[in-house]
Amino acid sequence: MGMTMTQKILAKHAGVPAVKAGDLITCSLDRVLANDITAPPAIAVFKKIGKPVFDREKIALIPDHFTPNKDIKSAGLAKIVRDFAREHQIKYYYEVGRVGIEHVLLPEQGIVAPGMMTIGADSHTCTYGALGGFATGVGSTDLGVAMATGKAWFKVPDAIRVYLTGEKPADITGKDVMLTLIGMIGVDGALYQSLEFQGPGVASLDMTDRFTIANMAIEAGAKNGIFPVDEQTRAYEKGRVSDDYAVYKADDDAPYARTVEIDLSKLKPVVAFPHLPGNTKVIGTFGDIPIDQVVIGSCTNGRLEDLAIAAKIFEGHSVHPSVRCIVIPGSQQVYRDAMKAGYIDTFIAAGCAVSTPTCGPCLGGYMGILAAGERCVSTTNRNFRGRMGHVDSEVYLAGPQVAAASAILGKIATPKEVK
Amino acid sequence: MTMQYQGKVWRYGDNVDTDVIIPARYLNSFDPKELAAHCMVDIDETFAKNVKAGDILVGGQNFGCGSSREHAPIAIKACGVPVVIAASFARIFYRNAINVGLPALEIGKDVAEIHVEDILSIDTAAGTIRDETTGKVFHATPLPGFIQDIAAAGGLVNYVKER
Repeated sequence: MGMTMTQKILAKHAGVPAVKAGDLITCSLDRVLANDITAPPAIAVFKKIGKPVFDREKIALIPDHFTPNKDIKSAGLAKIVRDFAREHQIKYYYEVGRVGIEHVLLPEQGIVAPGMMTIGADSHTCTYGALGGFATGVGSTDLGVAMATGKAWFKVPDAIRVYLTGEKPADITGKDVMLTLIGMIGVDGALYQSLEFQGPGVASLDMTDRFTIANMAIEAGAKNGIFPVDEQTRAYEKGRVSDDYAVYKADDDAPYARTVEIDLSKLKPVVAFPHLPGNTKVIGTFGDIPIDQVVIGSCTNGRLEDLAIAAKIFEGHSVHPSVRCIVIPGSQQVYRDAMKAGYIDTFIAAGCAVSTPTCGPCLGGYMGILAAGERCVSTTNRNFRGRMGHVDSEVYLAGPQVAAASAILGKIATPKEVK
Repeated sequence: MTMQYQGKVWRYGDNVDTDVIIPARYLNSFDPKELAAHCMVDIDETFAKNVKAGDILVGGQNFGCGSSREHAPIAIKACGVPVVIAASFARIFYRNAINVGLPALEIGKDVAEIHVEDILSIDTAAGTIRDETTGKVFHATPLPGFIQDIAAAGGLVNYVKER
């Protein structure tokens, strides 16, 4: 019996010819990642083990969640990470002013590549599946042990094949694709499984769409989400990574637990209602929902193409008087490119606040916390109760086109409604 | 380590996410006591105040979904809760719970028969749960292979150090 793409990467890194769903294996890791919230407990675990780091050139410590530091305690956490990175000469450590949101920064800087096996003490580590690698989120203990041993155990997952057909319409983003899928299969629809994206429709998804989609695999409960390596992947990686990366392909007779088919040409702009990412509704099928805040950014939608989509809609328009719109480029490179392209000027002229890269408001850290009763349309990834602030606030997840249109009109809207 | 527990049930529903188990506004610390003081606050303000050492946390499907924050099982454990039971667990939470030495028992739809304030007797080694209030007995899905050894060692750090 053949193997899925995920199973092939796992087998290779376990040093065995084949694996099947349910096997328990130990894999060698190519990249090990943590952030300013998860690294400090991981460092404490690492110290208990009492070994040196397995490879300083395979570890990434990215202080992005509460930086620039929001309070004294978070400054203390960042200092633990900084001191550790210096002591162990960690290759991929970035300071405020150079740092970006981890899952925007690592692909952008060519730190993760196709075929790699990555674990990160951050649930959205699954983003790198967009590049055709295996990447999954773990906790701080797994991460601390991995920093010492370079290894982690896995239960080999079976997979859902997500078969994409048709061409994505111009007004649809990767976010609409993924929120639609999560709405179809549910927030635990892929529990313990891989989501393997395949089919002719993949070609109409650009790399930004794929990052957004793979990023939210965890929101369907998946262990990982993965895309095949194609011409777009190769074009993206040109100049970022050396071209000797490993390319894996699912076997023709690979087993799948089931297949879910999505015709991209039929998709409509959607939002996920509170308080689950699977509460997906097509815009236009519900009444007016006035909003107080919009956030455009995050590891899900903080890339240049996301900002380009939003900026184009803001041109000649202003943020609605009763709305605060916060735009957060995902990295310094994204920020500079957006400035050169004129997007940042468009945002500020429209009345948006533009911030340095940070995870900030997405997890209710800072930079846009919601008060009781407030509603936010956000391009982030979770709308759990209290996620962005008060337990009685509401988050509606959407793509950048819906977020921009909603900011202008003061209610959940699509760009077609912006006159 | 101890494998047998008896305690009173705190009962929650499906999709209890790690943001409500320990909201991000408290993640500027990883001190277990501090985290415990805010455990479950966004879903149940009474929990952290009234939970007693030995009480059992019981959830529905997909318990612990969302963020990978290990602070979630750490906060639950630091409240004195020795075992978490659910219909199913989100995979990162499940892994983290075992890694920090908090047994997590998965019992599928049987969980519907466990009610708030029931008294449970649990043998984590055997995977059996006896509801002393109703007399019903439930069996948890056994941990696979060496994952049993990690749990028996009290977590991944002990397991790795023992080898």
